[in-house]
Amino acid sequence: MLQSTVSAIRSDVASGRVSAVEICRAFLDRTAAVNPALNAFNLVSAERALAQAADIDRRRAAGETPGALAGVPVAIKDNLCVRGMTTTASSRILEHFVPPYDATVVARLAAADAVIVGKTNCDEFAMGSSNENSAFGPVRNPWAQDRTPGGSSGGSAAAVAARCVPLALGSDTGGSIRQPAAFCGVVGLKPTYGRVSRYGLLAFASSLDQIGPFTSTVRDAALALTALAGPDPCDATASREAVPDFAAALTGDIKGLRVGVPRAFVADGVDSGVRTAFDAAIDALRGSGAQLVDVELPHAAYAIPVYYLVATAEASSNLARYDGVRYGYRSAHDKDQNLKQMYSRTRHEGFGAEVKRRIMLGTYVLSAGYYDAYYLKAQQVRTLVRQDYQQAFEKVDVVAMPTSPIPPFALGEKTGDPLQMYLADVFTVSANLAGLPAISVPCGFSEGRLPVGLQLTGRMFDEATLLRAADAYERATDWHAQAPAL
Amino acid sequence: MASTLTVADVERIAALAQLELTAEEKQLFTKQLADILTYAEQLQAVDTSGVPATAHVLGERVERDDAERPSLAIDDAVGNAPDAAAGLFRVPRVIG
Repeated sequence: MLQSTVSAIRSDVASGRVSAVEICRAFLDRTAAVNPALNAFNLVSAERALAQAADIDRRRAAGETPGALAGVPVAIKDNLCVRGMTTTASSRILEHFVPPYDATVVARLAAADAVIVGKTNCDEFAMGSSNENSAFGPVRNPWAQDRTPGGSSGGSAAAVAARCVPLALGSDTGGSIRQPAAFCGVVGLKPTYGRVSRYGLLAFASSLDQIGPFTSTVRDAALALTALAGPDPCDATASREAVPDFAAALTGDIKGLRVGVPRAFVADGVDSGVRTAFDAAIDALRGSGAQLVDVELPHAAYAIPVYYLVATAEASSNLARYDGVRYGYRSAHDKDQNLKQMYSRTRHEGFGAEVKRRIMLGTYVLSAGYYDAYYLKAQQVRTLVRQDYQQAFEKVDVVAMPTSPIPPFALGEKTGDPLQMYLADVFTVSANLAGLPAISVPCGFSEGRLPVGLQLTGRMFDEATLLRAADAYERATDWHAQAPAL
Repeated sequence: MASTLTVADVERIAALAQLELTAEEKQLFTKQLADILTYAEQLQAVDTSGVPATAHVLGERVERDDAERPSLAIDDAVGNAPDAAAGLFRVPRVIG
């Protein structure tokens, strides 16, 4: 049962072959067994999940047609609000925050009869590439427990890889869905900017943040996206673009599909095991009928500095709201202090080191005298990064790259040098800067059986083609079917 | 620019960000921010004359009717406050 896909669970629950409660229990038992070693969850809400599952079974027995994700256990990244369920962003500053409302994605999952089992660990406020910035300790990679699961949505990726859930939500600002998906050997989809409402997502960088699913198969990601996507009166950045049935796009046919390969960009600094897996993956796409086309992304090498200036500037503004007044932690010394001292002390005590570093960097690049040289310049180069992709998409349908230049690294290996940590995001950040949809699918293993991901990037709002290409790749290989020994 | 970042600069930024830092954090951030900003200076080599800035990538304006809608109940809105009374947020003195 733990190996079941989202679509299999839904059909079993809808037909009554298996009850939602049985499914929920099986996944909760699995979570109880493996989570102590992995630390993938900040919170497991078993009672609430079982009650929700029992309600689905009751309504099915009464003749109601179950929703599109009926009975599917889902884990939610802990930076997404679930009404009544503690939501911390893995930060001390929100340690006891209980949201008074549901994020739109959570409401849509509930409307589709998915069962919410808990909140997953992540880097604090989604800032990190290794999950080591969590106030509640790092998540361990299910394939190699001395290694990082990636970040920032490391708990969601590890939970799906360990089959604690068949579906989890994450958020992706610079690769925070795709990189942990690659590191944990699962599928991770970052939809187009604007495809999915961010209402109820604790904002990090508002021009980049996007919510998406982790699953074991591309088909499951397509089913999840169909349920999550669409306009929302509560989010002015949620697009009115029509939402197709993404699963219907998975025809398995990619004959003639043009796959762009930015060979110069992926030439340097790529681990040899990642390189070998990537080369085999694009060969497999060609074997399935795709045509490989060389493309140039001349400004992609600048995407890291652009990203870390733009994202931190936006973060410094977004995180100004955590001041000890309306919610979250307040310094216990507040009685002896004036308001400004209370703000500064609360933020000092409540935020971890990486969040402070990014608030500082973002404040600096927005400050008088530095705005033009750093922030404005970064926004201009961002335009050039977008234009590179626009030109590439005139001659190709998707672009292929490794998701990460390196396999999952050891816990503690990069925590002393923030810049080295940032450089690991080299292949993921440009999709966020350009707003494009991108997916990571398992494409093999580096030395030591460490998972490697293939990243495909598509045109704005053309997740259908992106998913069709990823699904065709999955049909030609069996990497997605392999599971870690736990 | 960045290579000359000083502890005094870090203190000035911290004050703008309403963020108290320890002496150790000031030293560490002075070095780490200088490293990151030095790395970011490669952008100065890119010719961006006449290139518009991208603030966001959405091509459409999404609006809704300016109609009255229910909002959070007061008890819910102040329910997470560290210090609330009579439906209000209570804060330390503002002046002094």
